[in-house]
Amino acid sequence: MAVASVLTESLRRTFGGNDAVAGVDLEVAPGEIYGFLGPNGAGKSTTVRMLCTLLRPTSGRAVVAGYDVAEHAQQVRLHIGVALQDAALDPRQSGVELLRLQAKLYGLSRADTEARLADLRALVDIGDQIDDRIGTYSGGMKRRLDLAAALIHNPDVLFLDEPTTGLDPVSRLKVWEEVRHLNQRLGMTIFLTTQYLEEADELCHRVGIIDRGIVVAEGTPEDLKRSVGKDVIIARVDRTDDVERACAAVRRVPGVEKVEQRGDEMSIQTADGAAALSPVAVALDGCGVKVRSLTMRTPTLDDVFLQITGAHLQSDEVPA
Amino acid sequence: MSATTPPDAGSAALDADALQHIAAEKPGGIVARERGFFHDVSAIAGRALRSIPREPEAIIPALIVPVFFFVVNIGSLQNAAQGAARAAGGSGAPPFDFKAFQVPVAIIFAVTGVSRASALVTDIQDGYFDRLLMTPIKRISLLLGLMVADFALVIALSIPVLILGFILGVRFETGILGALLFLLMAGGWGLVFTGFPYAIALKTGNPAAVNSSFILFFPFAFLTTSFLPQSQLTGWLSTIADYNPVTYLLEGLRSLIMVGWDAESLLKGLAAIAGVGLVSMTLAFSALRGRLKRGG
Repeated sequence: MAVASVLTESLRRTFGGNDAVAGVDLEVAPGEIYGFLGPNGAGKSTTVRMLCTLLRPTSGRAVVAGYDVAEHAQQVRLHIGVALQDAALDPRQSGVELLRLQAKLYGLSRADTEARLADLRALVDIGDQIDDRIGTYSGGMKRRLDLAAALIHNPDVLFLDEPTTGLDPVSRLKVWEEVRHLNQRLGMTIFLTTQYLEEADELCHRVGIIDRGIVVAEGTPEDLKRSVGKDVIIARVDRTDDVERACAAVRRVPGVEKVEQRGDEMSIQTADGAAALSPVAVALDGCGVKVRSLTMRTPTLDDVFLQITGAHLQSDEVPA
Repeated sequence: MSATTPPDAGSAALDADALQHIAAEKPGGIVARERGFFHDVSAIAGRALRSIPREPEAIIPALIVPVFFFVVNIGSLQNAAQGAARAAGGSGAPPFDFKAFQVPVAIIFAVTGVSRASALVTDIQDGYFDRLLMTPIKRISLLLGLMVADFALVIALSIPVLILGFILGVRFETGILGALLFLLMAGGWGLVFTGFPYAIALKTGNPAAVNSSFILFFPFAFLTTSFLPQSQLTGWLSTIADYNPVTYLLEGLRSLIMVGWDAESLLKGLAAIAGVGLVSMTLAFSALRGRLKRGG
């Protein structure tokens, strides 16, 4: 592999004796979109804050764009762009003022600043409102401006901490499109954290799944899903009280390998979903349980997370 | 998956066609660089100065309070203070100009406690402080830039009070140069006093705590020779005034108006600014270091 854009070795950060990040090893190649997937509180943002030089690691080592984050933080800052979880903006400035100041802080000349402003206006996409105070912007406008601020100096590595949390579907797709564009056209390495499976699946070349401060799985989304190796049938029953009985009935169906329950929902793993679907329906009918819905799908990253940690990710879909 | 070609060991994830696009699109020569201490300070100060007219509510009290006290003090205390001065000095003593005596007090009221500390707390709470921390600017410029803007602001706030004094007939024994030094000393005092609210802002990140730092203004501004010359203070107030640096600052400022070039008074005034500055700046920059250590 070429020199990694992001490399961590046993990276650890504690707060008050508790490990927020408990020894993370990562290697992200140049030009890669790497997704850090995990539930709230898993350690995603703390990891990003260490990689962005905002937080010193308690122990371990992190190298970004070839520079150690603890020893050469200034060099790291010159090579990275960051959009944190909450848009980090000054509501008293206008969008243009904020971008100009950002360019100045990164040492860009006036001509370069104007050139970058012209480029980034399309990304921010708010027309003349870019001259208005940021305090008057909507949430989506702020997120796009925040992303533009992160890109003003044309960084080599871009960190996006939950870039689409709270965005409407249109803004979300726009962010995805921009992430792909930056990666494909400019070769930018992108490290993004997300709690949305669809986002990780859609955007990322590789995904690291983090839980309780530890990376529990890593690979391409396809490889990770293949590691589960089974189709999944999801059955929803009318009454939660019936789930136990339904599970018992389904477990006896030939070809069913594993049955998990969560509330009124059963997750049935099988090597051949198409073949098992009909017998499962018959078994449920036979035990007198009223079924509300019965669907089959291929494994998702949530199934990977479930298999490894025994729990679901908190949010399994991007909000509409 | 609809993402781009996944990279593997040895692959940069981009084919030749894509690389051509990069060459065409990558903004030529745009590279982030460090520009040095003065550039960083001026960038931060420029932003702070741009924000000031957008928050008139933060400035208006600093304009009104000194003018109010100036007018009220003269109206209520002038006769009493002049009478006391005559009694103390005898019939041959020169007349005591209470308006000239009060101009430095009004200036101190105008410049003490004026800072961008509340705006700094807002930056911390909004996450914008983190954005600034992730840029390659010198860390110290984050605070010094704000202080430079504060210095410019307190000088600007001093001018209307000074003009009011001129309108009421106050003249500088030291002339224009003395007036300029007067403004610089007032600005210097305003600047060093900002260290306290900045220390609180950086330590706590709490707007209420920053607002409460205004309390510091009262002992500095009132337990001193605000209303009467030191010779006429008695008891505990006289003792406290002896230890209050503002007493010496006022003495230095008053000497420029009422006495002429008095090196001893000026040195005492400058020493008072330096002493308070040493304490306040140590607190402020320690708080900055602490916040950076804690992580933004």
